[in-house]
Amino acid sequence: MIRIENISKYFNETKVLEDISTHFERGKTNLIIGQSGSGKTVLLKCILGLFDASKGEIFFENQSLNKMNSKQRSVLRQEIGMVFQGSALFDSMTVEENIMFPMKMLTKKSTDEIKMRSNEVIKRVNLINSNKKFPSEISGGMKKRVAIARAIVMNPKYLFCDEPNSGLDPKTAILIDNLIQEITKEYKITTLINTHDMNSVMEIGEKIIFLENGKKVWEGTNKEVFKTENKGVENFVYSSELFKKVRKVYLKP
Amino acid sequence: MEILYHIGGYFIMLRKVFGKFTKWNILKNLILREIDVLIIGSLGIVSFISFFVGGVVSIQTALNLENPLLPKNLIGFTTRQSVILEFAPTFISVIMAGKVGSFITSSLGTMKVTEQIDALEVMGINTFNYLIFPKIIALLFYPFIITVSMFLGIIGGYVASIYGGFCTSADFIEGIQIDFTPFHVSYAFIKTFLFAFILASVPSYHGYFLKGGALEVGKASTTSFVWTSVVIIITNYIVTQLLLT
Repeated sequence: MIRIENISKYFNETKVLEDISTHFERGKTNLIIGQSGSGKTVLLKCILGLFDASKGEIFFENQSLNKMNSKQRSVLRQEIGMVFQGSALFDSMTVEENIMFPMKMLTKKSTDEIKMRSNEVIKRVNLINSNKKFPSEISGGMKKRVAIARAIVMNPKYLFCDEPNSGLDPKTAILIDNLIQEITKEYKITTLINTHDMNSVMEIGEKIIFLENGKKVWEGTNKEVFKTENKGVENFVYSSELFKKVRKVYLKP
Repeated sequence: MEILYHIGGYFIMLRKVFGKFTKWNILKNLILREIDVLIIGSLGIVSFISFFVGGVVSIQTALNLENPLLPKNLIGFTTRQSVILEFAPTFISVIMAGKVGSFITSSLGTMKVTEQIDALEVMGINTFNYLIFPKIIALLFYPFIITVSMFLGIIGGYVASIYGGFCTSADFIEGIQIDFTPFHVSYAFIKTFLFAFILASVPSYHGYFLKGGALEVGKASTTSFVWTSVVIIITNYIVTQLLLT
C-alpha cells in the first residue's frame, strides 16, 4: 500500500500540488485523473521520488520515503515498475533486450534464468513474435506492451503508469488497460495510473482521485464518478458529447 | 550568477559519475561501444584534417621564408613544432568538440526528452555512472587519435613541401629532428588527457540536464560545442602558462 499525507509541491514560487492526502491499495488499479496541468504527473513523480515533495510525507508499506537514504531509495526503486507516457524504451536495444535489461543490471541471475523469465513475460504480454525487433519497428500499442513487460519483469510491488494509453486507438487502449488490470490482480501489485482517458476510468478505475489545479477535489470509484455532484468532476467526466449523450439516456432520463 | 549554478551542477555531476558503479560486465561492453563510436569513429575525419592542415602549415612556412640566409630545414622544424605543440592537441580537440561533443549532448539529450533517463532512474540505476563514466573511460584513448594526428600532420607537411618543390626530403627530415625537446611531446599529451576529460564531461552535462523537447536538443548541442571549446581554450592557456614558461 502507498499512503500520501499532505503532499505539496512548489516550483520556485509556483504551487503545483497542494495538501494532497490519500492512499492506494494493493491489488487495485488506482487512477489519478484531471485535466492537463492539474498536477497528475508531478504527483506521480513525487511518489516515485523523482521529485522531492516540498511538504508532506509518502509511505510505502508504512516506510516513509522522506526518511529513506539513497541506498534504501535505490532498493525501493527495484520494487517499482514504471510505464512511461512515451514508453521510454531504449532505442538501441531489441524488445527482448529491453525486457531483460533490469534483470541484467540489478540481479545476479544467470543468462539462462534471465532469458527464461523474459520469455515468460513476453508470453504474458503477447509479444512472442516481436522479441528480436527494435522499438522503431513496432507499433505504439506493442511499445506499450514492451514497456509493461519491462516494468513487471522484476516482479515489482508497485506499478506506475503515466497515461499508458495516450496516442492509442480506443480498441488498443482498452487492451492495454485490461492488461494492466489483469497484471495488477495476478501479481497483487499496487498500481497507480495517471490518465485523462474516460474509457480507462470506466474500465479499470477501482479507486479514482480527481485533481484540479493541484488540489484533490474528489475521491471515489468508477461507479461513483458518473453520479457525482462535484462540479469539477462532472465537467471533466461529461466534457465529451458522447458522455453527455450517455448520461442523458442512461443516468438522468 | 547562472554560470556559478552550472559550474556547481557540473561538479556535483562529476561526483555522481564516480558514485555507485554499474556491474563490470555491463560497463565493459558500454566502454567498448563508446571506444568504437567516439574514438574509432573519429579517426577518419581527424586523419583527413591533420594531413591537409600539416601540408598547409609547411606551405605557409615555405612561402614566408623569403630570406635566402634562412635554412630550408626550418619548414620541417616549424611544421613539427606547430603540429605537436598546438595543432594536434588543441585544434583537433576543438574539432572533436564539434563532432564527439555534439554527439554526446544530442544522444543524452534525446534520452532525456524521451524519458529513457527517467526510466533508468526509476530502476534504481546510477544514471550518471551508467551513461557518462564509459564515455570518460573511452576518451582516455583520445591520445591515440592525437598521436595519429601528429604523425599524419608531419607526413602532410612532408608531402606538401617535397611535391610543392619548397625543400628537399633531406632538408625536411633534418628540420623535424633539430632542436627536438621531448618534453614538448609530454606537454602535448598532458593537454590531451585534460581535453579528453573535458570532451567527455562538458557535453554530457549539457545533454543530461537538458530541459524541453527536440528543438532544445539542437540548441543544447550548439551550446555544448561553444562551452566545450571555451573550456578547452582556457585550459590550454593555463596549462601552457604552467608547463612551458
